[in-house]
Amino acid sequence: MSEVAALPNGWQLIVGLEVHVELATKTKMFSASANRFGDEPNTNIDPVTLGLPGALPVLNQHAIELAIRIGLALNCKVQPCTFHRKNYFYPDLPKAYQITQYDHPLNIDGHLMLPGDVRIGIERAHLEEDTGKSTHFGGSSGRIHGSDYSLIDFNRAGVPLVEIVSRPDIRTSEQARQYVGELRSILLAVGASDAKMEEGSMRCDVNVSVHKLGTPFGTRCEIKNVNSIRSVGRAIDYEARRQVDVIEGGGTIRQETRHWDDATGRTETLRTKEDADDYRYFLEPDLVPLVPDQSWIDAVRAALPVLPAARRQALAELCGVDKDGESAFVVVERGQDDYVSAVVAAGGDPRRAVVYVQQAFAEQSATPKVPAKDLAALTILERDAKVTSTQAKTLLTDLIEAGGGDVSAMATKRGFEALDKSAVEAMVDAAIAAEPGAWQKYCNGEEKALGALVGAVMKSSKGKADGKVITALLQAKRT
Amino acid sequence: MQKLVDIVAGVTNGSLKASAVVEEHLARIVARESEIHAFNLVTADQARTDAAKVDEDVKAGKKVGALAGVPIALKDNMCTRGVETTCSSKILQGWKPPYDATVVTKLRAAGAVIMGKTNLDEFAMGSSTENSAFGPTKNPHDVSRVPGGSSGGSAAAVSAGFAAASLGSDTGGSIRQPAALCGVVGVKPTYGVVSRYGLVAFASSLDQIGPFTSDVRDAATLLEVISGHDPMDSTSIPQPAPSLVSVLDHGVAGMRIGRVTDLPEGCEPDVLARLEAAFDALRSAGAIIVDIKLPSIQYCLTAYYLIAPAEASSNLARYDGVRYGNRVDAADLNSMYAATREAGFGEEVKRRIMLGTYALSAGYYDAYYGKALKVRRLISDDFAHAYEKTDVILTPTSPSVAFKFGSKTDNPLAMYLCDVFTIPTNLAGHPAMSVPFGTGADSMPVGVQVLATTLGEQAMFKVAAELERSL
Repeated sequence: MSEVAALPNGWQLIVGLEVHVELATKTKMFSASANRFGDEPNTNIDPVTLGLPGALPVLNQHAIELAIRIGLALNCKVQPCTFHRKNYFYPDLPKAYQITQYDHPLNIDGHLMLPGDVRIGIERAHLEEDTGKSTHFGGSSGRIHGSDYSLIDFNRAGVPLVEIVSRPDIRTSEQARQYVGELRSILLAVGASDAKMEEGSMRCDVNVSVHKLGTPFGTRCEIKNVNSIRSVGRAIDYEARRQVDVIEGGGTIRQETRHWDDATGRTETLRTKEDADDYRYFLEPDLVPLVPDQSWIDAVRAALPVLPAARRQALAELCGVDKDGESAFVVVERGQDDYVSAVVAAGGDPRRAVVYVQQAFAEQSATPKVPAKDLAALTILERDAKVTSTQAKTLLTDLIEAGGGDVSAMATKRGFEALDKSAVEAMVDAAIAAEPGAWQKYCNGEEKALGALVGAVMKSSKGKADGKVITALLQAKRT
Repeated sequence: MQKLVDIVAGVTNGSLKASAVVEEHLARIVARESEIHAFNLVTADQARTDAAKVDEDVKAGKKVGALAGVPIALKDNMCTRGVETTCSSKILQGWKPPYDATVVTKLRAAGAVIMGKTNLDEFAMGSSTENSAFGPTKNPHDVSRVPGGSSGGSAAAVSAGFAAASLGSDTGGSIRQPAALCGVVGVKPTYGVVSRYGLVAFASSLDQIGPFTSDVRDAATLLEVISGHDPMDSTSIPQPAPSLVSVLDHGVAGMRIGRVTDLPEGCEPDVLARLEAAFDALRSAGAIIVDIKLPSIQYCLTAYYLIAPAEASSNLARYDGVRYGNRVDAADLNSMYAATREAGFGEEVKRRIMLGTYALSAGYYDAYYGKALKVRRLISDDFAHAYEKTDVILTPTSPSVAFKFGSKTDNPLAMYLCDVFTIPTNLAGHPAMSVPFGTGADSMPVGVQVLATTLGEQAMFKVAAELERSL
């Protein structure tokens, strides 16, 4: 899966991620304006959103609850917290400060598990508000500097965000992609966000540094504008190689913020540490400390759904597949694991059930139309070799199109009946006799030669012999 | 001058027409406003319309509110829907808010008639109204003298009879000091008693709205109407408004009155003499005078001039010419910001933005802002100790009577010292009020300040009422 080789000469990659997610609340973080993506610009606004003189923020209770859900799902400690002002000038920041959390965030000290039981620490997951959205016209860069004019949409201003900051525990770009994917699954599962990277409701800043094992971490660079899981991997791979090249060329890495350009596949300097803003953080005097009741936290915890990792584990145990394997991931991501359980409960073959659902139910919802008992019946037909695996696939397509039905009747209608083993064995013997060259090659270990022999049997059986049965017979005869 | 309570009584029982009351006040404005300059804007037409509506309601037998027909002036840092709100700053000149401040909504609901928006030191930063971008307000007792500030326009409006009452805001003394200098009652309630929603922020952790009136009963009546929890202000205290009018006649027998023995020096002798007279009056009424110390009071002015500017530097950063107010066009964004703010803000506002920005900056925070917060805790502790021994504390409101125009404008520190007795209350979030108590040098009014602990408004009003009765 990984496209890029490990770093050369013993260099070790160190990655930490800061992920911003917009919360799926009806209204904004501090006001009653709608929190809705895609509306006409500057329609979801009010005095608070626009930072009009005299307007004051009031915390959105639902935003706090969603943030607590995120914290609990990431195994964080949920604690009493405060809000600070982060001061800087930008046209899409209407108050000229962002209300965020600083030294006392809501959620701290959590973790998230990746495949292979890799534990990624979560430093904090805090609440803050989003800015408006600027669009710059004219100029070549698409940025405010050098543009002719800019338009600002304040619909996004004040949308509640949770910023999830990982510890620098990520060691490969593959892990970084897995982290973002797993985080997204968790956010969707707990209903905290729609987590659409393409719409910006989930955004990643990536901190990258390199060092050699046994030496301190290197200077990090923060990469912004990484807008897809694929880009996360590409940006990290590019940036790590760039840093290694700079150091091996005798240079040093400056602490800076870099911009990822998805088209060129490169990062470039956005601003260096020297010209970074001094945000002059101080306690937000318009808000009071937020002290969530333990009873509230307990109620939120009790209402959390089973999280994706636990669901994959359960599915893996039920069906005898790898919990970190693709079928467990895909089926749980689609929320079809309960359906697979129902198929098994209806007497279906567990492994076939999960594979059928993984391969054929991509277009289906979490509750597919095909009744669980019908899919169960199909897995049994195949398991008992009443139909071949190829025929089973055809029947599966029929079943989905019909939205269920009697699979035995469907098999009969198609004229599907698997040949019994002795009849297939006779055909195999005939094929060996007919293709002695291929047989000789196969016996010499050329696995490619198998295809000709299987093909010959399929042809003579008019497709009614099961490919897996044919292969098993040929393997048995080779020894 | 008509009292607020008499207007309400007369209008409600039909013996007085709200329209007539408004016309009397408008007539006084016509006669003297060009000399006093209490207002940035007089909303005469709207006032006449609103008064007529009150009269109709009375005539129709409808129930009218607790402020029916009372002409009230608003400091021009409180948002009024569709009516220009400037903070006496060029940067906001012409801005018409799309919403009413919570206090404005409450006043209208109670049947008050809003007369206009009063002058102030720009963004409430000052003690004389000389920092207004639109020119100073004059003291109605002597037009060669300042009315105090920053709510100088609101104090002068009541003192000159332009309104029966007014609202001001008090961040470090901006209600109490001009009340003292203009000879009216001015109240800074406990932080969180009156909603700040719609009050243009100067220093959010210190700002509090309160009334100016010509006597203590009017102040209690008006404060009862504007206080109470507001879900739009997260710092608003979640409990109902305290009952104040009911305690005014309780007297002070047995109450403990604190006398600060380590009060900062620099007070005019006449002012101190009036303070002693106040102690005497209360003692005669049966109160017990208790000596107390407030050791941290000497650091309060310094702490205030770090905390308030720090918050102001953040609160005023939004005036960037992008969304509202005045914009000075320039070649690029940063130049536009700079040109807009250079032209839009006055000297004192710029001074405080710079002070505050510096105090919060990396490398300076701990030495300045951080240390100021520690002083804030110390003065609160001092007060907590004092209020174990006493129910209220009496101090002068202002070290001096109203001073002449220009006498302190060249020396910001001298101007800042005007607030030396009022600032500690704001740092602690406590209530305090200034009550007129005779005159000092040049027959100018002197105010005595009554301080109380958090939500100690009832004790404070009892003592204020007694002082007023004793005159």
